[in-house]
Amino acid sequence: MEPVDIGLWGVPLAILGGAIRVSTPFIFVSLGETITERSGRINLGLEGILVFGAMAAYAIAVMTGSPWLGVLGAAGTGAVFGLFHGWICKFPKVNDIAIGIALMLFGSGLAFFFGKPFIQPSAPDLPAISLGWWSDIPQVQAALSVNVLFLIGAALAFALWWAFRHTRAGLIVRVVGDSSDAARAMGLNPDTVRLLATAVGGAFAAVGGAYLSLYYPGSWNEGISSGQGLMAVALVIFARWNPLGCFAAALLFGGAGALGPALQSVGVTQGYYLFYAAPYILTLAIMVATSSPGRSLAGAPGELSITK
Amino acid sequence: MSGQGLSAVGVEAVGMTMRFGGFTALEDVTVRVPAGSFHALLGENGAGKSTLVKCMMGFYRPTSGQMLVEDREATIDSPRDAASFGLGMVYQHFTLVPSLTGAENLVISREKVPAVIDWRRERKDLATFMETMPFRLPLDVPVRELAAGEKQKLEIVKQLYLGRRFLVLDEPTSVLTPGEAEEVLGIVRGMTEAARLTVLMISHKFPEITAFADDFTVLRKGRLTGSGKVADHDRKAMAAMMIGDQPIATLDQRKPVAPDAAPVLEVKGVKAPDRSGLKSIEIADLTIRSGEIVGIAGISGNGQKEFFEILAGQRPPETGAIAVKSKAYGASRRESRALNVRYIPEEPLRNACAPRMTVAENMAFRTFDLDSEGRPARWISAGAIRRFAADLVARFKVKTASLASPIQSLSGGNVQRAVLARELTGRVDLLIVANPCFGLDFSAVAEIRARIMKARNEGAAVLLISEDLDELLELSDRILVMSDGALVYETPIATASVQTIGEHMAGHH
Repeated sequence: MEPVDIGLWGVPLAILGGAIRVSTPFIFVSLGETITERSGRINLGLEGILVFGAMAAYAIAVMTGSPWLGVLGAAGTGAVFGLFHGWICKFPKVNDIAIGIALMLFGSGLAFFFGKPFIQPSAPDLPAISLGWWSDIPQVQAALSVNVLFLIGAALAFALWWAFRHTRAGLIVRVVGDSSDAARAMGLNPDTVRLLATAVGGAFAAVGGAYLSLYYPGSWNEGISSGQGLMAVALVIFARWNPLGCFAAALLFGGAGALGPALQSVGVTQGYYLFYAAPYILTLAIMVATSSPGRSLAGAPGELSITK
Repeated sequence: MSGQGLSAVGVEAVGMTMRFGGFTALEDVTVRVPAGSFHALLGENGAGKSTLVKCMMGFYRPTSGQMLVEDREATIDSPRDAASFGLGMVYQHFTLVPSLTGAENLVISREKVPAVIDWRRERKDLATFMETMPFRLPLDVPVRELAAGEKQKLEIVKQLYLGRRFLVLDEPTSVLTPGEAEEVLGIVRGMTEAARLTVLMISHKFPEITAFADDFTVLRKGRLTGSGKVADHDRKAMAAMMIGDQPIATLDQRKPVAPDAAPVLEVKGVKAPDRSGLKSIEIADLTIRSGEIVGIAGISGNGQKEFFEILAGQRPPETGAIAVKSKAYGASRRESRALNVRYIPEEPLRNACAPRMTVAENMAFRTFDLDSEGRPARWISAGAIRRFAADLVARFKVKTASLASPIQSLSGGNVQRAVLARELTGRVDLLIVANPCFGLDFSAVAEIRARIMKARNEGAAVLLISEDLDELLELSDRILVMSDGALVYETPIATASVQTIGEHMAGHH
């Protein structure tokens, strides 16, 4: 099909498409980090886990021919990294932020080391569902070609939001994150809960990485991540530790990120580079608008080291 | 799971001894609490009360000693074991999770929680359970939004909801207003009389012990120094068992306020948002003159904390003027030093100390950067800081292992003494104090109040923000009541009545 000229409509359409395509890793990483942070621990190593997850997913997909096995394998490695973080942080006087930074470097380095042989071969892509069948315009079809992982991510956001209120596990994570003393008084072991929450968070982040290498951009190389793992940590704070907020923030981020390329494609030749910075400027603006010197951050888990 | 229909259990701790290394915290203490009785456990800070109840509740494993529940030997190695015998504890510091609602707090603390919680059914069960309680509580708002009294009630409700029939209350009224304290203890008393509950209450306050308890036990330095029926002993006898023969500080005679005393603090039309940002604090007009103590009463959360923060420069006011000795005052270090304004905030360890810095360093915060003539010093002398602190430690009787210990290793009373020493040294024209005796024991309280009175008699203007009405009545020359962010009532001490003040605190006027 030949592209049809749809003029300025291309911009919102590109933003929508970008929101869906670019946001998926943000959704997974930020949901994972929400679980970890709600339990009172911060894992900055998600960037490293994401890169390793991207590598592992790609490698497994190449070797087995199945992208879904790749995703599962990535989740497994992510969980192992999460367990490692949670296990070290259990020891007294260990700072979770420092361990996270170490893990970030360790995960990336390890991924580059094991990933060398997989830069050349090509892996099967994750399938996408075409939601644009009703339209004849190829741009619309392209924008609405939605990856299954995006839908899973959206469903997970709602499921988590519900689970934090309606399940035992959700309440326990919130108790531990808000007050270690209360948790101990209830006979809960905060370290165990945080260990598991970090493991789940790691698995989520690695799935975000799998999306990068198996769908968009869809190849494995050392520059695959452009900091999604780190930005997702900021997204979580921005979303006030609310899974639905994470979903919305990820969409916003994805959409804003598509603004620059979209403007370029409709023929804006000057200053479009500025729009590449749109997600960051937007984040800064919203952070400034919603914060206050007189109030503490609403919704922050009480045991979190960055807000204590 | 509800406490309904279950009856109180009797508990006895026999020959409890607890040693931490070479230090004996508790030596051969026996306490008998029969089913359905209200027992008071008295003692100064460090007397071993907490150690005793922690041994009883399974937090510590006693070096020797035995627990009897309903006259049968019981092995209690963990709080979980204690719970299985129906023993529960309400801590001095709330163990409710602040961001969870009351209902969520109750359900999650249960022994068996279903993997998926059916809130409609739980809410119905909770409503039925709350019918059996003599008071109502909002269960659908996050606990952080509850007043201290409501939290305390919710703690007790939680224990009953969990089916506990023997409760240890660790200074349950220390965060409550007199009205709230009376209500909560009255409810608990009612439950013991109905034989639903047995209570062991740790307390410092004689009025509530004489009003509510049946029996008492006194500990001093880890040993049992007395016990018996409350009805057969007067306060003096119990106090003597508590403190032994150590002298208690007495208040200075109150000098009359000079009629022409100069105003020191003037606050006019000050307005600022409160903690939540939703309501505002408005102080229309407040003047405090030299040599008087103005007390501000109020239920916690009515803006007293914010008012203190405004005066201490921690919360910028939107409008209004604050003047000290007729000079505009912005609470900078330079201004407070020039105008001799001193602060004793509540929870001094958190608000007036750097917990991990040493005692000496903490005591030198006001003066470390001045030389002996009061000019800015170029070099800081560790020796001078140490000598200065050593002198204050001796004069204010701060008990510390060494001047180089971190201040957080001191007991609450000694932290407060250290802060008091720092703030009351040198000339003081305005002293702003908030809840200075919160959680402190008998002799520390008496001494700290005596120091404040002495500062007043030496000509300082004192603003005393307190949630303890007895303290306000003892110290103040005038009492103002703060409610909903505004000063709503004022009375000179001569005509002050607890009744009227309480009504204004509660907002009925």
